[in-house]
Amino acid sequence: MNKLLKLLSENSNYTNSELALILNEPEDYIRAQIKEYEDKGIIKGYKAVVNWDKLEDTRVEAIIEVKVTPERETGFDKIAEEIMKFDEVKTVNLVAGSYDLSLVVTGNTMNDVASFVSRRLSPIANVISCQTNFILKNFKDGGVIMAETIEEEDARSYVL
Amino acid sequence: MDYSKILNNKILSVKPSGIRKFFDIASEMDNVISLSVGEPDFKTPWHVREAGISSLQMGKTWYTPNRGLTLLTEEISNYYNRRFNLKYDPKKQVIVTVGGSEAIDVAIRCIVGNGDEVIIPQPSFVCYEPLTIMAGATPVLVETKVENEFRLTPEELENAITDKTKLLILPYPNNPTGAIMEKKDLEAIAEVIKKHDIMVLSDEIYAELTYNNERHISIASIEGMQERTIIVNGFSKSYAMTGWRLGYTLAPEELVSQMLKLHQFCIMSAPTTAQYAAIEALRNGDEDIESMRKEYEMRKNYIVGSFEKLGLHCFVPKGAFYCFPCVKSTGLTSGDFCTKLIKDKHVAIVPGSAFGECGEGYVRVSYANSLKNIKEAMKRIGEFLTEIKDGN
Repeated sequence: MNKLLKLLSENSNYTNSELALILNEPEDYIRAQIKEYEDKGIIKGYKAVVNWDKLEDTRVEAIIEVKVTPERETGFDKIAEEIMKFDEVKTVNLVAGSYDLSLVVTGNTMNDVASFVSRRLSPIANVISCQTNFILKNFKDGGVIMAETIEEEDARSYVL
Repeated sequence: MDYSKILNNKILSVKPSGIRKFFDIASEMDNVISLSVGEPDFKTPWHVREAGISSLQMGKTWYTPNRGLTLLTEEISNYYNRRFNLKYDPKKQVIVTVGGSEAIDVAIRCIVGNGDEVIIPQPSFVCYEPLTIMAGATPVLVETKVENEFRLTPEELENAITDKTKLLILPYPNNPTGAIMEKKDLEAIAEVIKKHDIMVLSDEIYAELTYNNERHISIASIEGMQERTIIVNGFSKSYAMTGWRLGYTLAPEELVSQMLKLHQFCIMSAPTTAQYAAIEALRNGDEDIESMRKEYEMRKNYIVGSFEKLGLHCFVPKGAFYCFPCVKSTGLTSGDFCTKLIKDKHVAIVPGSAFGECGEGYVRVSYANSLKNIKEAMKRIGEFLTEIKDGN
């Protein structure tokens, strides 16, 4: 895997000079590479991984399994595009399995999510069914362990 | 009871590790970042752990043959052939040991005794000198120099040899300096070794961890040297298997048959579960080695570059997972530097003097830790250097 992208996908907070050291490349090269990745849309953005549970935030998230009827010309694409326009929808994936689209939807309350599903998602033409799974606890997100209780200490002894 | 009359004089003369006290300080503290540890931060690859578990489930809980499971000695022989281009007979030239450490002890005790001399290049791992003393022989310490990239030169070797010399310890890739010996360096010292008819104990425990696309070369692969070489290696560093305690030695049959007697009487056989896991590691672990090696290489680049930026000159390591920056410019001894650093900034590193007197003025910094922790440690070391400069 591309080492620069791997490092940035683990921690986008590295400075160019740190990346230059780690990869043993000139800083100008790193800067140019990142710009190229941004221009080509390979790097789509940078964001913090937030542990919302730490805030007194009552946001809820649900994974919604959607079955749809694909369209003759555009398959699943047009339906997916229609669904992803909603701000409530964080993630849309087409999956192989017992349903077609897997969504991650957020709202302030469970009621918000429920009414999003019933009023906005279900009525879309071609949507056959929706199964809503509320997320109870986020253990790991984007490769980062969120549940601090299981974060491990460095248990190595002081042996030479 | 006066135990000093009971105890063996030799063990009394062995100095305890000078850094014990310093480790005790670290273990009492919170928020310590330890760059002092000599073992991988990675866990043993899961498929290797699984092989160990499965052997237990199948009830493989007995001793193995003294020299190790036949399947394992065969895989070790295949591995050395595949990775280092050396041929060893799995039935006659291999012993599976309890870590590389046991192999070192057994080899030294089988080769030398009273009146013999063992040449030990330093800075190097701490066990060679005490084990030589316990065997009744005399350690002859040779200081390797930063201007020679901490390699052993033929002149240094020649100067250390007397008519009592029997064994040279060759600890490369080196802990703590990160030095390696390239083919031309090995050829140069091989001439001296052959001329004086001595043996070599080649401690190759870090053989898989070399950088800049440079592969480790064993001195046994130099012409005429296989018959004079005892190779010591193990699973701890290359497969992140320190706790399994498994190593091995490869040597001429005439030596192995004698070493096997000592191994049999003091150890019996290496841990059975670990041996089953090691078979899996050798069969399917080449990719694990490579992915860990790549990770270490990035950390090495970062840590060496950071020390240079902080103005501490650091020899660029070519192997193992340590760097060995020089702290003489701070005016502190390496012991004081490390003690003050752990107290002020909660970063644990090891004074170079722990690896021989000639290591004074240097510190050993292990990069067997995550980039995140290394980054934080380097930030703290930067603050520390500024503070001692300002005389705080």
